[in-house]
Amino acid sequence: MANNVHGSTSVLDVPVIGPEHNFETVTETVAQIPLSSRTPLGWVFGFLIGLALLGALTMSIGWLLLNGIGIWGNNIPVAWAFDIINFVWWIGIGHAGTLISAILLLFKQQWRMSISRFAEAMTIFAVACAALFPLFHTGRPWLAAYWLLPYPNTMGLWPQFRSPLIWDVFAVTTYATVSIVFWYVGLIPDMATMRDRAVSRVKQVTFGILCLGWRGSARHWHRYEVASLILAGLSTPLVLSVHTVVSFDFAVSVMPGWHATIFPPYFVAGAIYSGFAMVLTLAIPIRAAYNLESLITMKHIDNMGKIMLATGLMVGYGYTMEAFFAWYSGSFYERAMMYERMLGPYGWSYWLLIGINVGLVQALWFRRVRANLPLLFVISLLVNVGMWLERFVIIVTTLSRDFLPSSWGMYYPTRWDFMTYFGTIGLFLTLFFLFIRFVPMIAMFEVRTLLPQAKVDHGQAHGAAHGPTGDGPQSAPPAH
Amino acid sequence: MHVSEPTNPTYGVMAEFHSAQAIVDAVRRTMGEGFTKVEAYTPVPIEELNDIIHKKRTILPTLSLLGGLAGLATGFALQYWASVIEYPMNVGGRPYASWPAFVIPSYELTILFSALATAGGMIALNGLPQPYHPVFNTPRFSLASTDKFFLVIEADDPKYDGHGTSRFLQDIGAKGVYDVPA
Repeated sequence: MANNVHGSTSVLDVPVIGPEHNFETVTETVAQIPLSSRTPLGWVFGFLIGLALLGALTMSIGWLLLNGIGIWGNNIPVAWAFDIINFVWWIGIGHAGTLISAILLLFKQQWRMSISRFAEAMTIFAVACAALFPLFHTGRPWLAAYWLLPYPNTMGLWPQFRSPLIWDVFAVTTYATVSIVFWYVGLIPDMATMRDRAVSRVKQVTFGILCLGWRGSARHWHRYEVASLILAGLSTPLVLSVHTVVSFDFAVSVMPGWHATIFPPYFVAGAIYSGFAMVLTLAIPIRAAYNLESLITMKHIDNMGKIMLATGLMVGYGYTMEAFFAWYSGSFYERAMMYERMLGPYGWSYWLLIGINVGLVQALWFRRVRANLPLLFVISLLVNVGMWLERFVIIVTTLSRDFLPSSWGMYYPTRWDFMTYFGTIGLFLTLFFLFIRFVPMIAMFEVRTLLPQAKVDHGQAHGAAHGPTGDGPQSAPPAH
Repeated sequence: MHVSEPTNPTYGVMAEFHSAQAIVDAVRRTMGEGFTKVEAYTPVPIEELNDIIHKKRTILPTLSLLGGLAGLATGFALQYWASVIEYPMNVGGRPYASWPAFVIPSYELTILFSALATAGGMIALNGLPQPYHPVFNTPRFSLASTDKFFLVIEADDPKYDGHGTSRFLQDIGAKGVYDVPA
């Protein structure tokens, strides 16, 4: 990102790391959060909210397993409802983490470094929440094994590999696995730091095991950096493929409103849009609660707001094209679907979604809005509501208005639908609160590379390495 | 000339530096002096150090490629076998070997296997997990993961000479020189 070279000064014109930092202060700021024996009261409060909602999830899943999916509002014609809406919503949220950790790494974006760790954690937890829905919407998840996974079973059955639903299984399990691997590899050097700074024997041994005995030798680092680059290179096409495959669940079918070639890019943009909204939702309170303003600066907030705006505009283009395709196709059913979507019984959800994802997001054009944290927080929450509504609109409006009016029907979610959905938010919150309490939430070793202490004069050295490419460190005076 | 005592074996000698530039300069002079069993330990990745000390690049990219190819072959073979040989099912008259449909799972397994080979390869080539290493015997070394940079010359080095090597390290600007017990 280019520096803002305007005459006016703004709170957004700051480097990606506070000028007062050096290796020790960065390490201490981040490492003391998990190492401290004091648990902040706010953490306890948030964790309890997460646990309470997690309890609701456990209850609703228990009731589901006892009674079957009849407890949900799904019906014929709306056979896909909350379960798929929530699945797509959660998977989409995960995408920002991979974008930050992989795609921005390939583009050498330095502002990525202090937000990548917790954005990736967000990815993993979001994918975990997403995975619950396809698993439990089968009603009998113990049977899902042979529906979903290719393994030699006693019935001699194999999955249908021509179905996008099985592609989804491969895409999502690969995404979950690679995200966890990438995240863990990123943690290894920081776990060594935690081992070396821990005082209690239990923590020393735990972090010692987790860091695998990392020493940070030149040989180690060389292989490590090559591995990170390759993993980023692999995660980039992976993350683009995941929501593409999710969109195939719809686009490969012949339902009006689903059978569109724009679905893959439109879904990927929507995923990144909602993911950045979630990163902001998490980053704004966390940086305030843990005094991380000098590591997650207004520059990060500004850049995330800009990415949200850019992807929001792409999503808006997607909505426009959907409407245009419906008209231009000349197909009676496509046009009827779009008419029903806008003016039918679920029209309120369509216009609410347009109001948020096309209307409200325009506020992010203004620097004053991107610099206003409470406002940005509210926008990020609303964007997640808007993206949930988008999936609701796509799924419910298409299914409730089938080809024949005789098979039309309305869909109403039950309390169990809502309990399961809010329950997964509880699972997400619980995992996230555990993460910020026990794991260094900022990649310390990466942030150190931004500091003057890490700079090497390349004049006489061969091979480029970690030269400054963006804003930030040049404007930071030497720390010592 | 100092002869190391057999009762008190030494892994080598460790010098401490306070910036990336300082350790790169020191490593360059150490290698220039003809030392060969040298290693640098740093709290941040410094690409130059590997180029100066080890000169070789890792074979990791090859492992990633092989992993990816293995994933591609596994994914395609699995689907072909299941859909054509083991459980052929006629759906709408489509050919059994409908390869375009097999592209996506094959693609995903390519990435999966390649990523696992990359991460596993990095860990294995680095000799991890390795809970014990002589460098951990030096108390100051715990700062190698925070803000200090260390250079170690091993006692196995043909040019190693106890006190002489320590003095050499002091001369090239070390902020501290420590013996590393084996």
